[in-house]
Amino acid sequence: MQAIAAWFRHFNETTGINLTIAYDPFDQARFLHGLLITLELSGVTIVASVLVGIVGAWLQGSSLTSTRRLVQGYIQLFRNTPPLVQMFFFYFGLSSLLPTIRNSFGIQEPLVSGFGWACISLTFFAGAFNVEIFRSGIEAIPQSTIEAAEALGYTRLQTYIYVVLPLATRVCLPALTNNLVNLVKTTTLAYAIAVPELLYVSNQIWSDSVNVPVMMVVLFIAYIALVGLLVFAMNSWERALRCPGLGT
Amino acid sequence: MFLALMAAMALSVGGHGALADTLQDVKSKGVLTVGVKADYPPFGYRAPNGDIIGIEPDLARDVATRLGVKVEFVPVVAANRMQFLGQGKIDLMIATMTDTPERSKVVDIIKPDYYAAGYNLMVPKSVTITSWDQLNGKPICGIQGAFYNKQVAEKFGAQVIAFTGVAEALTALKQGRCIGFLYDDTAIEGQLINPDWKSFGMPLPSQDSQPWGLAVKLGDTQFADFMAKTVTDWHKTGLILDLEKKYGISQNSKFVQDMHDKYK
Repeated sequence: MQAIAAWFRHFNETTGINLTIAYDPFDQARFLHGLLITLELSGVTIVASVLVGIVGAWLQGSSLTSTRRLVQGYIQLFRNTPPLVQMFFFYFGLSSLLPTIRNSFGIQEPLVSGFGWACISLTFFAGAFNVEIFRSGIEAIPQSTIEAAEALGYTRLQTYIYVVLPLATRVCLPALTNNLVNLVKTTTLAYAIAVPELLYVSNQIWSDSVNVPVMMVVLFIAYIALVGLLVFAMNSWERALRCPGLGT
Repeated sequence: MFLALMAAMALSVGGHGALADTLQDVKSKGVLTVGVKADYPPFGYRAPNGDIIGIEPDLARDVATRLGVKVEFVPVVAANRMQFLGQGKIDLMIATMTDTPERSKVVDIIKPDYYAAGYNLMVPKSVTITSWDQLNGKPICGIQGAFYNKQVAEKFGAQVIAFTGVAEALTALKQGRCIGFLYDDTAIEGQLINPDWKSFGMPLPSQDSQPWGLAVKLGDTQFADFMAKTVTDWHKTGLILDLEKKYGISQNSKFVQDMHDKYK
């Protein structure tokens, strides 16, 4: 460990490429923590937004007009506003209307942390797109398939869970992958509300060490790796779910 | 790049300032022109009627009184204050300028320095905090890119939540997302004058103070000597301490207090 740090320090002196995250323990710790926060943020919002998509798409097929309108309103609201604006709205706007708790210093502290609001706003944002993505899959299912399920005595929910959703997922996976990739990249917006994710910590590091170009390259590589992993997992899932004959 | 710029500035300044005798000029004109800040309360800012007021304009007025002339203010900003001095637009600059070796090559920064500013923490009065070490593990709001964020995190173990702008950080402080706002102590003083922030204070001692110097044209030794005597006298009489009080700075700057004790 010491030898690696010494080598990177030497590397900086000889080439001017200042990778503080490789030899400064403070910078290293906060960079790794930033990576962890980005992973957590991505993981939580991917799962939650897919759930929002599945439930939303089901509610879209509801026989109640008011439910359908509510889902439609949600989609329009969150798809048609910038995610950064949504994040500020939640963190500074909505947060001030919610109850507060007393912390150890005697200050009334907001109930939901910055990380919490980032999760919520990103979930709503990506969820709105996911509803539409699942709808595209659902609409690709032949009406006769659904009628067959009804003939077998399935309720609307059972038809959705056991027949429509498995087939629809296969159809909409490419579009879903696209949106989830976008979601992972959008987690960087959380830096604006001081969630210490990768971009935020990199910004702090390059302000202190003035190694902006180096940290930019590090950021690029980090996100290429993160998104690459996600795409690889989604593609593997897509292959595993391949259903010969469907959609051809 | 920076050095080249400095060198170019030094040249242009040197060209003008070779044979200056400001003291004589000012006395014959009957007016002392001083470059001050107009956007940095309480050091130099505009009163509602448009006049420039503050600690630094008051200091300038004192210089004019000593010379027996009238005073005239020219608002300056960090990017033009040294050039104004070099070009002769102003005779004297008292504009929150940090005394650095690089700047001493461009203008004559008077010793002793007249003020010093560091960083400090603006906290709600409901929070009782007496030492920086109490911040260990506590969230404090800051500004992204401020050089002292890392220092505070490393030295005192505080958890700095840094925002992109002052308004966001202050909103987060007001909402209770952090126990304090980490910023330039002088800027916090300016903020605290605003009645909206009367439930906030600055109970901790400032950290990492950097001295501020007033400046005259390079090579103007007579005026420089006069100003050095004047600044020493300010410290001796405690004028700056009085002005801090007059402009609502609750806690006297440690630097000024030390200087006062030294020259007393």
